[in-house]
Amino acid sequence: MKEFVFIFRNSDNPNFKPSPEQMQQVMTSWTNWMGGIAAQNKLVSNGNRLSMSIAKTIKPNNVITDGPYTEIKEFINGYTIVKAANIKEAVELAKDCPILKMGGNVEVRAIVTPDDNS
Amino acid sequence: MVEVESIDNNLLPHLFRTEYTKMIAVICHLFGMQHIELAEDIASDTFLKATEIWSLKGIPENPIAWLYTVAKNKTKDYLKRNVFFEKEILPNIKAENLEYYETNIDFTEQNIKDSQLAMIFAVCDPANSQEAQICLALQILCGFSLEDIANAFLSNKETIKKRLQRARENLRRQHFEIQNLDPTEILLRLDAVITTLYLLFNEGYFSRSNDKLIRKDLCSEAMRLTFTLTENAMTNTGKVNALLALQCFQSSRLDARVSASEETVLFDEQDKNLWNTELINKGNYYLVEACSKDELSKYHLEASIAYWHTTADDNEKWKYILPLYNQLILVEYSPITALNRTFAFSKVYGNEKAIAEAEKLNLQINHYYHSLLGYLYSPIDTDKAIRHFRQSISLTNSDVEKKQLSKTIYRLEKDTQSL
Repeated sequence: MKEFVFIFRNSDNPNFKPSPEQMQQVMTSWTNWMGGIAAQNKLVSNGNRLSMSIAKTIKPNNVITDGPYTEIKEFINGYTIVKAANIKEAVELAKDCPILKMGGNVEVRAIVTPDDNS
Repeated sequence: MVEVESIDNNLLPHLFRTEYTKMIAVICHLFGMQHIELAEDIASDTFLKATEIWSLKGIPENPIAWLYTVAKNKTKDYLKRNVFFEKEILPNIKAENLEYYETNIDFTEQNIKDSQLAMIFAVCDPANSQEAQICLALQILCGFSLEDIANAFLSNKETIKKRLQRARENLRRQHFEIQNLDPTEILLRLDAVITTLYLLFNEGYFSRSNDKLIRKDLCSEAMRLTFTLTENAMTNTGKVNALLALQCFQSSRLDARVSASEETVLFDEQDKNLWNTELINKGNYYLVEACSKDELSKYHLEASIAYWHTTADDNEKWKYILPLYNQLILVEYSPITALNRTFAFSKVYGNEKAIAEAEKLNLQINHYYHSLLGYLYSPIDTDKAIRHFRQSISLTNSDVEKKQLSKTIYRLEKDTQSL
C-alpha cells in the first residue's frame, strides 16, 4: 500500500450562498464519501479543510498579499490522505468525491517516501 | 442487606459471589498485589468457616458483618504468626508499622470501594493480552470459577487454568503499586481498563457461549465494574460514562434478544415489550453525562448509535445512525463497523447503492460480509443472495448462525418456487 494525498480545488464563487439544507447535503455527501473510504480501511488521515478568508501569500522581499490566489481563480480548499495499492486505485477512490459535483476537482499525488527515487 | 429468610439455601453462594472478591480487593490493597494468593486463602478460609459454623448454629443476624469480622481476624492472625508473613512481609515492615497494618484491615464500604477500584487497575495490566486480562478480571474481580470462565470462552478448564497462571505470573512481575494508586497512573491506564471492560461486556453480549445465565452474568459484572469507575471523581470521565450508557442500552435488549429455545432473535423480530425501560432510562442519563464532558470517543459514538436503536423503529433513525457510523469508522476501523455502516447505508440509500459500497469492502473471508450481501441481494437477485448465504455458512463456526442462515436460504428458495 502506498499513501496518496487528495488535494481538493475549487473556484471562488462569491455569488454562491448555499441554503442551510444545501449545506447539510454537502456535509452528508462528504461524510458518506469519507466514511466509504474508511470502511475500505483506506483512509490514512481525514486531513483538513483550509480557510479561504484567513489566508495570506508571502512572497520574496516582504510582499504579502491577501488570499491564497493572485493569478489563478482556483484555490486549494483542503486535503485528505488515503492509502491504495497504486495510483489507479487511488483515482478510483477520488472519482466519487463530492467536490466534483460542485465544480471543483481532485488532484491525486503519491506521497514521496525515502524508498522513492522519483 | 440480604433478606435471609427468603434465600436461605442460596445465601452462601450469593454472598460468595458478592463479597469474596471484595475481601480479596481489600487485603491486596493493604499488602500489595504480590500477596494475592494470601488474600485468596484468607477469603476462602472465611467462607469455609461460614459453611461450618452456619450449618451448625444457623445463619447469624448480620451475615455480611459476620464474614468481615472473621476475615479481619484471620488477617490479623496471619500478621501475628504466619511463617509466610515473617519471611516475606515482616522484613519489609518495621515493628512500629505492624500496628499500622493491624488497624488498617478495614472492611468499611468506602475502603471496599477504593480497594475494588485499585484492583481493577491492577488487573487490567497491558503486560497481559486482552483475553488474559478478561480472564483475570473474571476470576479476581468477579469471582468466577475456572469452570464458569471456561464455559464463557467455550474452552476447557485446563487451558483457562494455564492462561490464568501465566497472567498472574506477569502481574507479579509488574510490581504494580496498588497501595498508593496515584492520579497519573490512573490516567495512564484508564484507556486499557475501559477497553477491558468493553470487551468483557461484549464477551457476554455477543457470547460464544449459548448459556443465557453466563451471558447475563458477564454483562452485569462488566456493568458493575464500569459503574465503580463512575463513582470515583478521578475515573468518572466522559468515556467511562459513554461506555456505561452503551452497556445500559445493549443490556436493555438482553431478554428480547434470546428466544425461549436460546436462539438469537434478530433486532427486527424482537418483542419490544421485553426491552427494559429502566435500563434505557439509565442509558440516557449516562449518555447525557458522557456528552457533557468535553470529549468524543468511539464509546460516545457507539452509545449514540445504541441510543437510536432504543427509539421507535421508524426508518427515520437510520438518517442519524449513518453519520455516526461514518464518524466511528474514521475513529477506528474494524471490519464489523465497516459492515454495520454499509447496512445503515442501505437503510438510507437503498440496497443497490449499498451493494456497490459493500463490494468495495474486500472482506471476502468474513462470514458477516456474505450475510450482509445475501441480505442486500435478497429483494434484487435471489440466486446471488443464496450464493452469499451459502458462503457465509461455510465460513462461520457458530452452529446457531448456520441454522439461522439455512432457514433464511430455505425461505428464499420457497419464495422463488412459489412465484
